[in-house]
Amino acid sequence: MNINLTLIGQSITFVFFVWFCMKFVWPPIMAALDERRKKIADGLAAAERGAHEQELAEKRAAEVLHEAKLQAQEIIGQAQKRGSEIVEEAKTTARDEGERLLTAARAEIEQEVNRAREELRGQVANLVIAGASKVLKREVDVAANEDLLNDLVAQL
Amino acid sequence: MSSDTLTSTEYIKHHLQNLTWGKHPDGSWGFAHTAAEAKDMGFMAIHVDTMFWSILLGLVFLYFFRKVAKTAQSGTPGGLQNFVEMIVEFVDTSVRGSFSAKNDLVAPLALTVFVWIFLMNFMDLIPVDWIPGLAAATGIHFMKVVPSTDPNATFGMALSVFFLMLFYSIKIKGISGFTGELTLQPFQSKNVIVQAIFIPINFLLEFVSLIAKPVSLSLRLFGNMYAGEMIFILIALMFSGGLALGIFGGLLQLGWAIFHILIVTLQAFIFMTLTIVYMDMAHSEH
Repeated sequence: MNINLTLIGQSITFVFFVWFCMKFVWPPIMAALDERRKKIADGLAAAERGAHEQELAEKRAAEVLHEAKLQAQEIIGQAQKRGSEIVEEAKTTARDEGERLLTAARAEIEQEVNRAREELRGQVANLVIAGASKVLKREVDVAANEDLLNDLVAQL
Repeated sequence: MSSDTLTSTEYIKHHLQNLTWGKHPDGSWGFAHTAAEAKDMGFMAIHVDTMFWSILLGLVFLYFFRKVAKTAQSGTPGGLQNFVEMIVEFVDTSVRGSFSAKNDLVAPLALTVFVWIFLMNFMDLIPVDWIPGLAAATGIHFMKVVPSTDPNATFGMALSVFFLMLFYSIKIKGISGFTGELTLQPFQSKNVIVQAIFIPINFLLEFVSLIAKPVSLSLRLFGNMYAGEMIFILIALMFSGGLALGIFGGLLQLGWAIFHILIVTLQAFIFMTLTIVYMDMAHSEH
């Protein structure tokens, strides 16, 4: 093992290699590595954010769904209420209408009855006069017995 | 193997000899043709094979990493980018774990140390005769392909790290702080005279531990790789010992190579981790 100029040559070579590595090799590679590290970190953060947002969206969707269900139930309730109201209203109207018709019919019937009664009364008066004329065998003066006749008619 | 009549000793020695280019004792420059010639050159010589392979491997490392760095994007990474990023992340995690101060140099330093040493160590897994055989065929006598089995390479790195340590120690703590670190601990006293006695003792201890850092750093790597290489060479010797021994040697080589993958990676990792730790020590105040 002879120590000679090779020692110096090797030292110079070594120093040159280290210098070259320090200037042209290490910085770009480390820069790329750092950049990738940052990218990955950003990506992970974005993924986490996305997951969080999805969670929020899911929660929100569930809320909306729940609200919609409540609203639907309310609407159905209202519709049912309105339906029964309409039925009730219809019933009332029908009852009123029926009663009105009934009343009108009754009034008409009464009118008819009264008219018939008046007619009957007249006819009875005539009959009574005819009867009385026959009984008395003479003409009854209608005018003279007007008051009497009216009394009679009123009694009928 | 350049000669047919090669003894085991010669074979091993041949494999452990670097291709040396340097100043001959007579003053002329040229390749050493024998180990003795290389030795005679002394300090004024250079291991061409170590330089060539280490620079080639360093360029391989820088080429692929630079390629990724140029096209690095934060989207889905491709195969090569993924691989490079894996290594970069691994080094970055190690640096973040051990290095507490802020210095843009340490992480690239650790990355270079790790990948470069790994690649240099990895050359050990190429069968010991392949590349030297190829080189011999083209007329090159010696070819040691594992740069980290050359102490020049490991000391070169360790000393560079050591000077960085000294530089940052002085830069962060100042000369007085650094001197204080060397002389005022581990033994301390309220008494001025006792403290004065402690200073040389402290200095001795701290100085030895300071010097031990680059030495142990480089010798650990060198020793491991050199021993691994030696075992590969010894196993390769068995191939010339007949069929039975050859098959046994093949199995041994396979086993040792698999185990060596661990050593290759582990030594690169240890060198990197210790570099980070030493740099952290240089940055931290006591």
